[in-house]
Amino acid sequence: MSTEGSPIVREGPILRALQHIGATFLFALQLLAQCGPALARPGLIVRQIYNAGARSLIIIMLSGISTGAVLGLQGDNLLQRFGSENYLGIAAAFGLLKELGPVLTALLFAGRAGTALTSEIGMMRATDQLTAMEMMAVDPLRYVAAPRFLGGLIAMPLLTAVFNAVGLYGAQLIGVEEMGVDRGAFWSEMQSSIALADVRESIVKSLVFGFVASLIAVYEGYYSDGTAEGVGLATTRTVVASSVLTLLLDYVLSAVFL
Amino acid sequence: MRANRTLEIGTGLFVLLGFAALFFLTTQLPSNGLHLSGAKGGYTVTAEFDNIGDLRSGAPVTMAGVRIGDVQGIAIDPQDYRALVTLRIDPQYGAIPDDSDASIDTQGLLGGQYVAIGAGGSETFLKGGSRIQFTQSAIVLENLVNKLFASLAGKSGESSSSSGATSASGSSATPPAGK
Repeated sequence: MSTEGSPIVREGPILRALQHIGATFLFALQLLAQCGPALARPGLIVRQIYNAGARSLIIIMLSGISTGAVLGLQGDNLLQRFGSENYLGIAAAFGLLKELGPVLTALLFAGRAGTALTSEIGMMRATDQLTAMEMMAVDPLRYVAAPRFLGGLIAMPLLTAVFNAVGLYGAQLIGVEEMGVDRGAFWSEMQSSIALADVRESIVKSLVFGFVASLIAVYEGYYSDGTAEGVGLATTRTVVASSVLTLLLDYVLSAVFL
Repeated sequence: MRANRTLEIGTGLFVLLGFAALFFLTTQLPSNGLHLSGAKGGYTVTAEFDNIGDLRSGAPVTMAGVRIGDVQGIAIDPQDYRALVTLRIDPQYGAIPDDSDASIDTQGLLGGQYVAIGAGGSETFLKGGSRIQFTQSAIVLENLVNKLFASLAGKSGESSSSSGATSASGSSATPPAGK
């Protein structure tokens, strides 16, 4: 079973990329098939929600409030040139809900939770824990991969919502308290322009990004070379692949929602 | 068991916070959601306008450029089909003469609209529930442009009398009129 650890045969770069994509896709199907049975063990998923979500909360909130504050500062500076600072609320809410919230949360999620997932599963692979589970007829996909994937999938929309809410607070803090935008205008203009569809777009985007980031993190860890170097490379690939895919998918999703 | 407990508490906190944020985003942001804004102090007065333009609830109410309150509600008066605007005035501005006038102005060329109150000279003051008698409607830029074009066409064209008459009668910028 030594080939199990690395299904990627060293060949030309194009073939290798194709094989990577195909293997990820097949892995996704296997993983999804195991998600149903994995739900029978909610304790495992709760632990992963804690790892991926609760432990990312501080970094998400910090990033959210500084992103919102920058939006408030720059947005106010820009809008002041047109004498329309009252629209700062719309600008901040639009930017946060539709783009900055889901995308930045996904990038942070890949860096914070994705790398932890990859290196954890990669170390399991390196120390033959996954193989040992297989020997005991315990499916590692069901007990290791699926709960981590589901935990990430559940944590991402919640993290994004926290990012958005905290970001709005940051924008309000700088825009209203610091730069003197009218508080009533800030909220009323925002409320009159933001539709439920914009909130829905934020949630759908974060679900898709969560799916991609969790899948890549679990896949890279699961099929990493069972060496210290292999785990390191897999962790790097997780961050690179999920960041690039997040930004590419963001364009596609934005185009779909417009 | 001890570690498991903190883990569950942490997860519960995270999930609760996430859903609280989601609840906030879905109910507080869109205009069709419910709003849980707490009641603010001060007193409310009403004013009727022929046309409120782009005025929205939450817009500032100012006096000499200083914010003294906000627009609390906008409705149609079923009796005379004019816009009935409810203004909330902050409690520290209790001495506004009751013959003050209210007009709807625009902040800059593109900015949002707000209600400007011009102080009158009366010795008695507005109190909760009283009505501002003198109002001036919002100036709708499109109407002004239309009127400008109509009057230009009336000056240059042959049928000057008809278009000139429409532009004069279509004028909505009426001076403040008492009720």
